[in-house]
Amino acid sequence: MSAPRTLFDKLWDSHVIALREDGEALLWVDRHFVHEGSHHAFRQLDAKGLTVAEPALTFGIADHYVPTRGRPHIADPEVAGMVERLSANAARHRFRLFGLDDPAQGIVHVVGPEQGLTLPGFLIVCGDSHTSTHGAFGAYAFGIGASEVAHVLMTQTIWQRKPKRMRITVNGRWGPHVSAKDLALHVIATIGTNGAQGHALEYAGPAITALSMEGRLTLCNMSIEAGARCAMVGPDETTFAWARGRPFAPAGAAFDDAIAAWRRLATDPDSAFDRDITLDGADVAPTVTWGVSPEDALPITAKTPFAQSDDPARASYIAGALQYMGLDGGMALSAVRVDRVFIGSCTNARLEDLRAAAAVLRGRKAVVPGLISPGSSLVKRAAEAEGLDRIFTEAGLSWAESGCSMCVGMNGDLVASGERCASTTNRNFRGRQGLGARTHLMSPAMVAAAAVTGRLTDVRSLPALGS
Amino acid sequence: MERFTTLSATACPLGLSNVDTDQLIPARFMKRSRAEGYGGFLLHDLRFEPDGAARTSFVLDDPRYAASRILVARRTFGTGSSREAAVYALWDYGVRCVIAPSFGDIFASNAVKNGLLPALVSDADCERLLAELARSPQPGLTVDLEALTIIGAGLSLPFSLDPVRRLQLLNGWDDLDLTRRHSAEIAGFRAARPSWTWPTPPSARV
Repeated sequence: MSAPRTLFDKLWDSHVIALREDGEALLWVDRHFVHEGSHHAFRQLDAKGLTVAEPALTFGIADHYVPTRGRPHIADPEVAGMVERLSANAARHRFRLFGLDDPAQGIVHVVGPEQGLTLPGFLIVCGDSHTSTHGAFGAYAFGIGASEVAHVLMTQTIWQRKPKRMRITVNGRWGPHVSAKDLALHVIATIGTNGAQGHALEYAGPAITALSMEGRLTLCNMSIEAGARCAMVGPDETTFAWARGRPFAPAGAAFDDAIAAWRRLATDPDSAFDRDITLDGADVAPTVTWGVSPEDALPITAKTPFAQSDDPARASYIAGALQYMGLDGGMALSAVRVDRVFIGSCTNARLEDLRAAAAVLRGRKAVVPGLISPGSSLVKRAAEAEGLDRIFTEAGLSWAESGCSMCVGMNGDLVASGERCASTTNRNFRGRQGLGARTHLMSPAMVAAAAVTGRLTDVRSLPALGS
Repeated sequence: MERFTTLSATACPLGLSNVDTDQLIPARFMKRSRAEGYGGFLLHDLRFEPDGAARTSFVLDDPRYAASRILVARRTFGTGSSREAAVYALWDYGVRCVIAPSFGDIFASNAVKNGLLPALVSDADCERLLAELARSPQPGLTVDLEALTIIGAGLSLPFSLDPVRRLQLLNGWDDLDLTRRHSAEIAGFRAARPSWTWPTPPSARV
């Protein structure tokens, strides 16, 4: 009898083409997503005079730099040039493009699952660190650099060394208004931005299997912020129900074959993990960040830390973070005023996220300006069909088109210097949302609560509105 | 790819922890073509005021550390975004080696693919290097990748690097050359992929 294997072991084993004596393995890539920021890689391809090896497994998406207003016009000539270059590369190399004018355009990590391009059992890469998102389906998905993108374009393969295996089991259930985002921030605060480095991370336990696909995508998305290059959830009925009938998913008998294969992916009982952590879902509260790293996360009921530590480097880090964020040590987080809000990004802009924000904003007014950029153009239309857009605009927030937008600020959707933004995004790094911008990460419901009070707010404390 | 064997150069005690790739090169510069050179964007918002004036207090711009080809930083250097432009910014500035107690995974991989050495040292050795480089009137180090040692500023310290990456850097190997040797295996593997793993174009659906 063979040794029990984890989900990750099975994903790894089924993609190894060749194994070198030094431990490096050549792996097959099932899906490769490229975006307009992948221009460095295409230039490497051109320099070698090569073409894309597997156009049928390559998909282009315009998301990182695209405008969210006034489309299809692109005001910035540099951005227009990048989007045109992606279109030209797609035409020349004959791969499917979800361009700016495509009804299914959106953020790559939202479009992949939506189109059935992301499925269990796959190895998926993209020149974007948040590619870990796709692991929510029980796939081996990770972000790569431009040189690796070029290598995948040329060969449909990638060299990797097998990471260690780590499992986080979440038992119990959290209370109302707590979401996968709060769990993700809680995990990062618990294990640190280095906590899962060098490991393939599997989430398991009743609190995880109870999550929707949207919640699992949020959780796997944020795992890169804990140092994990990839994260995953074992595929189950929730996964299969999502995949069924998606445009690019197998259909008919092929779908039945696929499900049979997917059912065999689950981690075998008694599998060994190099690291195994158990958390209690009941310990997860609505969580916000106070500093300049996602590990600087605390429950909304907490106070900012003081710049004190036995470790001088740590004390100096806290002092620098507080100074950049314009905060003092010992401040109640719920007293921190915000200047604007943003709901969007590959982390938290799916339909479920927009519904959670709308549930808080329904019948209320925002006291600060804010932008909402749906995760994809299809999410946008679905939200409009439910009337969510009217809830947002009646609250005074701007409803925009889909793209990476204010998460990374490449398209000009920026937070002004010194301004403080409550944001559903994934990184509160210095200058991430704009030069001098101050970012507080939180869930969509928490961002909505901050919009109506103008400060970081425990969404559980908002009075229920009369129906 | 350039080979990396031994490097003797000025070393800058950057000293920062959590230097994410957004700080190494802010996103707004990545629309530019590499041909223009990315060196001027390295750590841009730490080195320059919003009006473009240089922050003279920033350690990298201290005349003692001019022409630094080695940086020493604290933990988790290069986390965050997968942007290889972070390595381009370091390379175009002239940096060939970063010494730190830990690196972001994707950054370390990108670095090696461009010939830049991410040298791992212990936290204690990192602190010793930072202290000595800050004190030394001529802050230089020799990084020997064959021997895995850092010598200079009165210190001799070990560093580590994944053995595969070490060989790649020492030999200047390109991944593509290695992959090409497996062309037949790739073709065989491709042919054996189950049919459900190939995308079904919507137009082909029954």
